[in-house]
Amino acid sequence: MHPAPSVIIFTTCSGLGFGLLIWLGLGYPAVTGWVAFAFFTIAYVLAVGGLLASTFHLGRPERAPKAFTQWRTSWLSREAWCSLAALLTMALYGGGLVFLDTRWSGLGLLGAAASLATVLTTSMIYTQLRTVPRWHTPLTPALFLSLSLAGGALLAGQTVIAIWLLAFSGIVQIAHWMRGDGALNASGTNIASATGLGNIGTVRAFEPPHTGTNYLLSEFVYVVGRKHAAKLRVISFALMIALPIALLLLPFNHLFAALAVLSHLVGVAASRWLFFAQAEHVLGLYYGKR
Amino acid sequence: MTTHQPVLDTSPKVSDEIRRTTCYMCACRCGINVHMKQGKVAYIEGNRDHPVNKGVLCAKGSAGIMQHNAPSRLRKPLKRVGPRGSGEYREISWDEAISTAVGWLAPLHETAPHKLAFFTGRDQSQSFTSYWAQNFGTPNYAAHGGFCSVNMATAGIYTMGGAFWEFGQPDWEHTKLLLLFGVAEDHDSNPIKMGLGRIKERGARVVGVNPIRTGYNAVADDWYGITPGTDGLLVMSLIHCLLKAGKVDLDYLARWTNAPALVAPDGLLHRDENDKLLVVDRADGVLKPFDTKGIRPDLAATRDIDGATCRTVFQHLSERYLSSDHAPEAVAERTGLSAKRIRALAGELARVAFDEAFEINQPWTDFRGETHATMTGRPVAMHAMRGVSAHANGFQTCRAIHLLQILLGTVEAPGGFRFKPPYPKPVEGHPTPHGQGRPGRPLDGPHLGFPRGPEDLLLDDAGNPKRIDKAFSWENPLSAHGLMHMVISNAHAGDPYRIDTLMMYMANMAWNSSMNTRGVIDMLTARNDDGGYVIPRIIYSDAYSSEMVAYADLILPDTTYLERHDCISLLDRPICEADAAADAIRWPVVEPDRDVRGFQSVLVQLANRIGLPGFVESDGTPKWTDYADYMVNHERRPGVGPLMGWRGEGDSTGRGAPNPQQLNRYIENGGFCTHHIPDTAQYYKPWNAGYQDWAVNLGLYDSPQPYLFSLWSEPLRRFQRAAEGHGPHQPPDHLRERLKSAMDPLPVWYETDQTGNDGFTVNALTQRPMAMYHSWGSQNAWLRQLHGHNPLYVPTKLMRQHGLQDGDWARVTSPHGEITVPVMEMAALNDNTVWTWNAIGKRKGAWALHDNAPETAKGFLLNHLIHELLPPRGDGLRWANSDPVTGQAAWFDLKVRIEKAPPQTESQPVFPPTGSPVPDGPSELVWKVAD
Amino acid sequence: MTQLPEKTDRKLGLVIDLDTCVGCHACVISCKGWNTENYGAPLSDQDPYGDASGTFLNRVHSYEVQPEQGVAQLIHFPKSCLHCQDAPCVTVCPTGASYKRVEDGIVLVNESDCIGCGLCAWACPYGARELDQAAGVMKKCTLCVDRIYNDTLPQEDRVPACVRTCPAGARHFGDFADPDSNVSRLTAERGGMDLMPEQGTAPVNKYLPPRPKDQIAKDIDVLAPLLAPVDENPGGFLGWLDKALEKL
Ligand SMILES: Nc1nc2c(c(=O)[nH]1)N[C@H]1C(S)=C(S)[C@@H](COP(=O)(O)OP(=O)(O)OC[C@H]3O[C@@H](n4cnc5c(=O)[nH]c(N)nc54)[C@H](O)[C@@H]3O)O[C@H]1N2
Ligand SMILES: Nc1nc2c(c(=O)[nH]1)N[C@H]1C(S)=C(S)[C@@H](COP(=O)(O)OP(=O)(O)OC[C@H]3O[C@@H](n4cnc5c(=O)[nH]c(N)nc54)[C@H](O)[C@@H]3O)O[C@H]1N2
Ligand code: SF4
Ligand code: SF4
Ligand code: SF4
Ligand code: SF4
Ligand code: SF4
Ligand SMILES: [Mo]
Repeated sequence: MHPAPSVIIFTTCSGLGFGLLIWLGLGYPAVTGWVAFAFFTIAYVLAVGGLLASTFHLGRPERAPKAFTQWRTSWLSREAWCSLAALLTMALYGGGLVFLDTRWSGLGLLGAAASLATVLTTSMIYTQLRTVPRWHTPLTPALFLSLSLAGGALLAGQTVIAIWLLAFSGIVQIAHWMRGDGALNASGTNIASATGLGNIGTVRAFEPPHTGTNYLLSEFVYVVGRKHAAKLRVISFALMIALPIALLLLPFNHLFAALAVLSHLVGVAASRWLFFAQAEHVLGLYYGKR
Repeated sequence: MTTHQPVLDTSPKVSDEIRRTTCYMCACRCGINVHMKQGKVAYIEGNRDHPVNKGVLCAKGSAGIMQHNAPSRLRKPLKRVGPRGSGEYREISWDEAISTAVGWLAPLHETAPHKLAFFTGRDQSQSFTSYWAQNFGTPNYAAHGGFCSVNMATAGIYTMGGAFWEFGQPDWEHTKLLLLFGVAEDHDSNPIKMGLGRIKERGARVVGVNPIRTGYNAVADDWYGITPGTDGLLVMSLIHCLLKAGKVDLDYLARWTNAPALVAPDGLLHRDENDKLLVVDRADGVLKPFDTKGIRPDLAATRDIDGATCRTVFQHLSERYLSSDHAPEAVAERTGLSAKRIRALAGELARVAFDEAFEINQPWTDFRGETHATMTGRPVAMHAMRGVSAHANGFQTCRAIHLLQILLGTVEAPGGFRFKPPYPKPVEGHPTPHGQGRPGRPLDGPHLGFPRGPEDLLLDDAGNPKRIDKAFSWENPLSAHGLMHMVISNAHAGDPYRIDTLMMYMANMAWNSSMNTRGVIDMLTARNDDGGYVIPRIIYSDAYSSEMVAYADLILPDTTYLERHDCISLLDRPICEADAAADAIRWPVVEPDRDVRGFQSVLVQLANRIGLPGFVESDGTPKWTDYADYMVNHERRPGVGPLMGWRGEGDSTGRGAPNPQQLNRYIENGGFCTHHIPDTAQYYKPWNAGYQDWAVNLGLYDSPQPYLFSLWSEPLRRFQRAAEGHGPHQPPDHLRERLKSAMDPLPVWYETDQTGNDGFTVNALTQRPMAMYHSWGSQNAWLRQLHGHNPLYVPTKLMRQHGLQDGDWARVTSPHGEITVPVMEMAALNDNTVWTWNAIGKRKGAWALHDNAPETAKGFLLNHLIHELLPPRGDGLRWANSDPVTGQAAWFDLKVRIEKAPPQTESQPVFPPTGSPVPDGPSELVWKVAD
Repeated sequence: MTQLPEKTDRKLGLVIDLDTCVGCHACVISCKGWNTENYGAPLSDQDPYGDASGTFLNRVHSYEVQPEQGVAQLIHFPKSCLHCQDAPCVTVCPTGASYKRVEDGIVLVNESDCIGCGLCAWACPYGARELDQAAGVMKKCTLCVDRIYNDTLPQEDRVPACVRTCPAGARHFGDFADPDSNVSRLTAERGGMDLMPEQGTAPVNKYLPPRPKDQIAKDIDVLAPLLAPVDENPGGFLGWLDKALEKL
C-alpha cells in the first residue's frame, strides 16, 4: 500500500494523542490548572492534528460529516463517532481540571474508554481488510492499542508503566512483522485463485491492462526493497522501543524524557511507514505485483 | 443516516440526435452511431444495421471522440519557413496554399508529369486519387499496399481471382476448422473478431499458425508457434500428407481449376488456336475446350504435344509435393514444429473437409450449363495476412496456402473461404499496368494492374523502369500495388530519375511507415551542392501533427473523419460481405472548427485550377466543385459511379444515372447501401451463372467472366521462361537465377536472401496492437493509456541465454542498425523470435505530446533496424529488401542479435525533438458535453 | 445504505468468456466513453498527453499460463466490478455512498454522498474501484444502470455498453437469479467460476474458463486410416488417381 504521509501522520499522532488522553482520563498524572492545560494541549494537538491530517486523504473533505452515518457497519464511521465522543468528553473533563480544578473521575473514565475505543476503531479499519492479509489479524489492534498506551504513558510521564508497555509493544510489533511477512502466502489468495487459471498451470502476469500508472497502482502497489525494509525495521524498533526504554531507565531527566518521547514518535512513524509500505493488497496479484 | 437507496434516473436522455456515418479510426470501415448533444459529439457506438460490424465497435472506434478533439489536429495550411525538419512554419490562407501548389504542379503537368510522384498512405479513396494522378499524367502513383500486403493480394488474384485481406472471409456460419496464418489484427478487424466469436459459440476449432501467441492466436484452440518465414514449408508438407493419403477433392479440381490442363513443353498450358484452354474429357478421351457442357475433365490424362508427352497440371503438382522433401520429417526442424503435430494437422484437415462434409439444399447452375441439386460444404476455412506476406518468399507462400485450400475444395464452398464482391475477378478482369506519361495529357491508362507476362512491364526502350518506385520492372514484375517504401530512396538517389515534387497523403513516411527511418529523414533533408534539396518540393496532407509534417514544404491540413465526405466505393475497397455488395460514405456530422479542408476536395480544387483533363469540361469549366459533388456525379463508365446505391431516380442499384439526392439517401440509410446476392448465387461464385449475371447487373463487370483457378500460373511461367532466355523481353543477367526460382508456376518455398546476415540469427517481428492504429493512436488520450510504451518480448530461452530479466535493457542489432530497449519475457513465443508492438515509439515534439510522454522516452520502433535494401553483397549491387515477385516490403525478414545492455533512461536511438505547429495538449481532461 | 440487503430480487451481472476474449480492449473504451458522458462525474484523465493516468471502470489484463506439459497459453482477462453478494466495499463505507441495490443487486456509489475516503477500494479484492482524481469521488462499474432500464433506448440496446460493443461476443449480461437466463445457463454449461472465492465476497459475475488447448495431436491419430498412404498400392499414385476418378 502507498505509505501516504497523511495516514502515517494521522495514525501516529492520533494514536499518541488518544493514548495520552487515556492516561489523563484515568488521572495519571493527576494534574490541574495550567499544567493540565499543557498536557491537554499536547494531547489535543496530536489527536486533532492527526484527525485533520486524515482528511487530507479525502477526495471531498468538505463532506466529511457524512462519515458519521454508517456506524452500524463501518469502522471508519465508528471511529468518527468515537473520536468525537472522546474529544468532547475529554474537553469537558479537561475543562473541569483546568478551569475548575475539579476532577470528574467518572467523566474521565468515560473519556479514557472513548479514547481507547477510538484507537481500537482506527486499528479495526485496517484489521477488517481481508484484502490486506498483513493487517487482517488481532495483532493489528494489539499493536495499535499497545503503542498508543505506551506512547501515552510516555507522554504522561508514567515512566515505570511506560517501560513495561513499551516492552510489550515491542513484542507485539515483532510478532506483527513476523506474521506479516508470510501473511499473503498464508492467506490462500494468490494469482491462481485471483485468475481462476491455476488448474491449467503456472500463472504469470503478462501484459498489464495499461502501460502507465493509475489510481490502483499508485494507491495499492508499493514495492519496498527487502534490505531497505530490514534496515528500517531495526531503526524503527530502536527509536520506538529500545532507545526510549534505555532513556527511561537512566536517572530521570527532563531532557531524556523529551528525547524518549521524540524518539518514540519518530520510531512509531517509521513503523507506520512500514505498516503501509509493506502491506500487500491482493489486487496487486492481478498486476503480477505484490 | 442514509438508510434508503437514492432514487436514480435510469432513463436519462442519451443524446439529442444520432448521426450515422462510417468509422475511420482504422481501415475496417465499421458503421457508427455518433450521438450528438448540443451539436457536439458526445458518444460513439456501433451501428447495429451495418453490414461490417453489426453494432460492435473496437476500442479505437469508441475512442473516436478523443481523436476528433485531439490537440494534435492541424489548424491551418502551413508553409515551411525554417529548414526541413525544424518544424518552423508560417500559417497561410487556403488561397495561398492552393496557389502555391498550383504554381508548383501546373508546369509539371504541362511539361514533365512524371516529375510529380504522388503516393497515398492509409486513405480509402484510391479510385479517386489514382484518377487524379492518371489525369495529371504521372506514372508515379500508388497507395501503400506495396509495403502492406501486396503479396497476399497478388497471390490471391493470380491463383484464384480473389484474395484474403478484407476481400474475402471464412464462412463463419458453417466452418468447423479455421486455420489462421500470420494474423494479429488484420484489416477486417471487427469481422474477424465477430467471426471467431461465432466459431467459438458453435464449438468449432481454430488453429493459429503464428510465432507469437497473443490475441486471435491466444484464443486459438491449437497454436503452431512456427519459425518466421517457413509457412511455405509447413503448408507444402500438409499438401504432401493430403496428397499421399488421397485426401483431395478431385471432382472440384477437375471442374473448377486448371488441374486437368495439359502442360505443354514450353511450360505453358495447352490451348486451341483461339487461345482457349483445352482439357481431356474423361468420358471419351477427347481434347475439348474447358467450358464444354457436360465435360468430365481428366486429371490423369497425358497427351503428346509438339513431340513430347505432356501431363496435366495435377500430375505435375502431385509429383512435386509427393516428394519426400516435403514430408513432415523433412521440414520439422526448419519450421520449428514437430512432424507429429504437422501430421496431426493434416489429419484434422482431411477429417473435417471430408468426414464433416455437408450439403446445402440449394440448386445452382454452373457456367457450363450444368445444374447442381445441392451445394457441397467443406467446412475448412483459412485466412492469412502479413505474417505470411511480409516476407520475401511471401508471394509463393500465399500461393501455397491457396493451393492447399483449393486441393481441399474449400474455396467458395460452404464452410470454406468466400469472396466478397467485386471479387471473384480473375487476372484477366483487371487492367495491365500503365506508365506512359504524356505532358498535358492523361496517362495512357490506369497505373496499377496485373501483368500477364514480360511484355506488360513498365520499362522504357533502354530497359529502365518507367516508375520512380521501379514497380513492374524485372526486380519485381508483379508489383501490383507499387512500392511506396522505395519512393523516397529512389527519388533521393535519382534512380531511375530525379523528380521535382513529392506529394504524399496520410502516410507518416518520416517515421513508422518507413524502413530505415533515420536514413529516410536524411534523404528528405539531403541537399545538392547548390544548397537546394535533392527532393526539391514536398507537399503533404495530414490531419494531425505527425512526424512527417516537419519534412514537408507545404502542408494541406485535412479534416477529421467526422468532418468530411468520404466514399468507400466498389471501385476500390468497398465494405462488401460474402453475401452482399455494400458501399458506404462518410459525411460531415460536425463542421470543422479549424481552417481545414477535406483533402479530396482540395484535390478537386487543384485539378480545377490546373485544368486537369477528366476534371474540367472541354471549355475549362470544372465538372465538380468538391468531393461530394464528384462522389455523386462522376461516372467511370456510363451509369457506373463511385457509389452504387440510389442511382437514377433513386430506385436503381449499381447502374443508373447520377442522382442529386444520392448522398441524402445514404445518410438516411445510415451511411451505407447493401445489395444482397441471391441464395442460388451465394457460393461457387466464379463458376456460378447466377452470380455472374447478378454481378453484371450490378455493374461489377460488363459480361459474365467465369474462369478456372490457376494452380499452374501462366503469367509466372512467362516470366520464368524469359529468365530461361526465351522471348523478346529479357531480364538483366544478374536477375535471371532469382527470377527462375521465384517465378515458379507452382508454389515453391525458398530461403529468403540471407546476404550479410551472418551472426544475426534471431527473428524480430512487430504486431499490430488491437487498440492502436499505427501512429495515430498515440494522440488519443484514452488509447495511449493502454499502450504508452512497448517492451521487446523475448522468449524464455533467449532470456536465460542472455541473463535477462523483466525490465532489463537489451541492445538489439541488425546488419543495418542498433537499438537499446527494455525487455519482457514471454513463454508463448517461438524460441528464436523476439517482437514488439508496432508504431508505439514516437518522436519528441510530434503529436502534441508532452515532454514526459512515455512513447517518446521508452517507446521504440523496430524500423531503425530494417533497411529498404539488403546488405551489400560485394557485386556492387544492393538488392531490395522485398519479395522478388511483387516488391512487397519484407518487414518480417528482419534478423537481429541481442545482448544485455546497462539500464537506460530512454530507448536508443534518441532523436532530437521536431518543432510542432500545434501547442501541447491540456494537463487534465474532464470530458463531458454538459446537458 | 451501507448495510447489504439480505437478498436482492434479481442478481444482474456479467459472464465473461475467457475462451473467447481476444483482449481487444473494446469493452474498456466503450465503458470509458459511456461513463464519461453519463452516470455521475466524467471519468477524468490526468496529464492525458504526457505521463497519463486516468479513471477506467473496466480493465483487460493478460496472463501467461505454463501447463506442466506442452506449450504456454495466453489468456486475456477483462475485469470490472463483480457486483459481489457479500460486497465488503459496501459495508466499509462510512457515508452510505456505496450501496447494493435491493431490486437487482447492482453495487453503486452515490457520488453526492461520497467523501472519497478510498476505503471501499481498499476493501475490494479485485481492484474494481478507482477514485477519480478530478472529481474526488469513487468510481466503479455501474453495470450501466442508466442503459439497462433506459426506455429512451431501443429494447435491444438496454444492455451494458461493454456487452453491446464486444466484437467477439465474450461478454454476456443477464440475471443470475433466474436459472434459465443466458448467464445462468452459460455458467452451468461451461463451469463458470468465481474469482478469489476465498475472499468470501460471493461475486455475481462469473468467468468461463478457457477450453482445453493444443489437443489436435491428441484428438487425431496420425496413423489412422485418415492419412493412410494411397501411393503404396500397385500403380502408385497414378494408379490410385485413375481408380478414384472412375468412382467420381
Ligand atoms: N516495423 C514495422 N513497420 C511497419 C509495419 C510493420 O508491420 N512493422 N507495417 C507497415 C504497414 S503495413 C503500413 S500500412 C504502414 C502504416 O504506416 P502509415 O501509413 O504511416 O500509417 P500511420 O502511422 O497511420 O500514418 C498515417 C498518417 O496519416 C495521418 N492521418 C490520420 N488521419 C488522417 C486524415 O483523416 N487525413 C489525413 N490527411 N491524414 C490523416 C496520420 O496523422 C499519420 O501521419 O506502416 C508500415 N510500417
Ligand atoms: N488495431 C489495428 N488494426 C490494424 C492496423 C493497426 O495499426 N492497428 N493496421 C492495419 C494495417 S495497415 C494492416 S497491413 C493490417 C495488418 O494486419 P496483420 O496482418 O494482422 O498484421 P500484423 O499486425 O503485422 O501481424 C502480423 C502477424 O504475423 C505474424 N508473423 C510474422 N511472421 C510470420 C511468419 O513467418 N509466419 C506466420 N505464420 N506468422 C508470422 C506476427 O506474429 C503477427 O501476429 O492491420 C490493419 N489493422
Ligand atoms: S475496426 Fe474499429 S477502428 Fe476500425 S473501423 Fe471498425 S470500429 Fe473503427
Ligand atoms: S471487448 Fe470482448 S474480446 Fe475485447 S477485451 Fe473486452 S471482453 Fe475481450
Ligand atoms: S468487485 Fe469489488 S467493488 Fe465490486 S462489489 Fe465486489 S468488492 Fe465491491
Ligand atoms: S470512497 Fe466514497 S464510496 Fe468509498 S468508502 Fe469512501 S465514502 Fe464510501
Ligand atoms: S457494465 Fe457498464 S460500467 Fe460496467 S464495465 Fe461494462 S460498460 Fe463499464
Ligand atoms: Mo498496412
